Amino acid sequence: MGFAHFWLSGFDQIRTSFWAYLLVGLQNGALYAMIAVGYTLVYGVLGLINFAHGDVFMYGGFGAAFLTRGILGSSVASGWATVGLIFAGIAMGGLVSVGVAVSVERVAYRPLRRRHAPKLAFLISAIGASYFLETLAGKEFGYGTNLFPAQVFPVGQTMFSVFGTPVRTLTIITVVAGAATLIVADRLVRATKLGRGIRAVAQDSETSSLMGVNIEKTITLTFIVGGALAGAAGFLYSLQSGIEWNSGVELGIYAFTAAVLGGIGNLRGAALGGMVIGLFGSFAVPFAFEGNTQWVEIYTFLILIAVLIFRPTGILGEKLGRTA
Amino acid sequence: MTFVRLPQVKRLVSIVLVTAVVTLMTGESGNATTPPTTGPHGAFFERVSYFGLFGARRWMVFLTIGLLVYGFTFLYERYMPPVRRKVRTVTALPMRLVQKRTSRFAMYAVAIVILLAIPHIVTQTYWMYLIVEQVGVWILLAEGLNVVVGFAGLLDLGYVAFYAIGAYTTAWMTGVLPAPPFLHHVIPTLWVIPIAVLAAMAVGVMLGIPTLRLRGDYLAIVTLGFALIVDDYVGNQNGITGGGEGSLQVPHFAIDLGFWHYHWGIGPVPYYYLCLIFVALFMVIFTLLEHSRVGRSWVAIREDEVAAESIGINPLKYKVMAFAIGAASGGFAGVLSAGLIGNINPTMFQYQASINILILVIFGGMGSIWGVALGAVFVQLITSYMDNYQPWGFQINDLYMYIGALLIVMMIFRPAGLMPSRRRKREIQSFEETGEGHLDDVLTVDDS
Repeated sequence: MGFAHFWLSGFDQIRTSFWAYLLVGLQNGALYAMIAVGYTLVYGVLGLINFAHGDVFMYGGFGAAFLTRGILGSSVASGWATVGLIFAGIAMGGLVSVGVAVSVERVAYRPLRRRHAPKLAFLISAIGASYFLETLAGKEFGYGTNLFPAQVFPVGQTMFSVFGTPVRTLTIITVVAGAATLIVADRLVRATKLGRGIRAVAQDSETSSLMGVNIEKTITLTFIVGGALAGAAGFLYSLQSGIEWNSGVELGIYAFTAAVLGGIGNLRGAALGGMVIGLFGSFAVPFAFEGNTQWVEIYTFLILIAVLIFRPTGILGEKLGRTA
Repeated sequence: MTFVRLPQVKRLVSIVLVTAVVTLMTGESGNATTPPTTGPHGAFFERVSYFGLFGARRWMVFLTIGLLVYGFTFLYERYMPPVRRKVRTVTALPMRLVQKRTSRFAMYAVAIVILLAIPHIVTQTYWMYLIVEQVGVWILLAEGLNVVVGFAGLLDLGYVAFYAIGAYTTAWMTGVLPAPPFLHHVIPTLWVIPIAVLAAMAVGVMLGIPTLRLRGDYLAIVTLGFALIVDDYVGNQNGITGGGEGSLQVPHFAIDLGFWHYHWGIGPVPYYYLCLIFVALFMVIFTLLEHSRVGRSWVAIREDEVAAESIGINPLKYKVMAFAIGAASGGFAGVLSAGLIGNINPTMFQYQASINILILVIFGGMGSIWGVALGAVFVQLITSYMDNYQPWGFQINDLYMYIGALLIVMMIFRPAGLMPSRRRKREIQSFEETGEGHLDDVLTVDDS
């Protein structure tokens, strides 16, 4: 098969099943956006890439999966039970992730912050936390075991069709929950007193502490918001693909790419970047050689590198303080 | 609740929490098919019989140790300053003697003799292999990364890619990959060394020029992405790199000068000497570099890039240089390990290995050439030992958990490493107001 033919057949595939790719892209995009918020908020406030955020997401997925399995067992829920379980899963995922995110902040970042450690120390500590959390999950929940949550609704259930392409319930739930949580987070940062604190610290932490903003509490709050969204995303992701000890690595890097693409430190940028990366990754699938999805990973990285080289401030620009 | 704000209570709480985490870390492994509590439950209720403590539960052992440490911290605070002062006065004279040039040379001589004699001391082939493969090669990797992270202050998380490039160049040039060798001409493994080193340096320059303009944390993620791409590429291009199997018959090193030839066979000892020569060579080059104009420029860039630029140093040029020079030693390590083991495959070059190399650099002391070498020896020997004998149920899968924890702990208590370079230590201290980390800073209840 010639090279040109390969690309042409890729475009052909997109033309024939455009809606299916679009739906997958939207679903992934919503997940990436939710995770990207955590990267973006922490970067905006601390100026630090929280490498452990992908693992925060993974723990949320595990927490929710275990909870729903504990409640439901092997039966399939329907009706109000489904709605309740979805909310329970999102809440549980959020709670677990918030716990993990706040502990990471306590153990890995706060002691360094108190000492005014150089930035390299923060990065190394973040990487250490990421590896620790990831491998601990592997040890406790099994390396290479993919855990699915209980069937809170029948797998593969479709709701309606768009131009002949069935729309799955899962896609709807993911996109709606993603949009809802993103709007809540955006309102929280933009329109509440706590959010004003976050923006103030992001803009100038020293001055805002003089103005009576409690910096430590604000930093914890950013980790809580980011962790909650990541945990919710963890549950929604596990419904689709199950959760594994190293699920956080790939998703974390995609979400980070999304955050950078949208302009790191910018909440709306993270949402936009997540959607762009999700759609891009979905439409890149037909162009993966030999159907190997690792090529999608390579394409996404090339995007990241290109963005960083040509427009390091992202689509919507940086600075949480000004634009978030 | 003023009670929990007392430093003693905080410290106790943090030590108990650390004990619990350690219990969990060393305890039984779980599995997602069993209930989620299997791992933790096993960890906390398993009866252990180490140290003659028959039937004690694991957490009891660790809690006892933790409480002893808790008591010891008070003794340390109370009695350590005078003891330390006394030790310093007693050791002042020996230290001054050691620092004399003649005695330093004597120490080097002793070290060289010991290093040359190691094949006679370590007689088991297995351990000799281990020393070359796990220690020698990794010292080269760590020294190379040290140039990038320690000297130039750039966090490169994709360093293992250069190792992969060295190894795959070797396999390609010697004609054992599915891809036809360069110019369809096979060359001996030993002569690949300069080519592979140059290839790694060229890739370092090519990666460096666009990415080194980025801020430090962006650089980390881009280099990580680079390592992932290289890893994906060599693992999936079955027609070019042999895919997941890699290559199984990279020829061993051989010299053939017509009148004299030598063949590095299966035994590890010849490789040990080859490795020793190159480790020494790289260490000497790096030491000279450190004290040269280039090394001083690196320090200037690391400490304050803007100031460095204002006095006429071109930061990009020197950063790219650091990348390329660091890559050289990584590329050479690739050739060496390909020629020694004879088989290469993508699992050797997974991006996680970069973190493995990073811990060697940080453990020994960023920027300190001797520190990094000793740190690499120490860490690699311990991990190899743990891997082989699996004491206390250690499993190699869990290695990164310990490495991660070690990174965090090092950053809290000894950010400059065990044998810090003097300059680096001063830098970190001047950066921080209060010197070394304190136990109470960890895991404490919020004091605001």
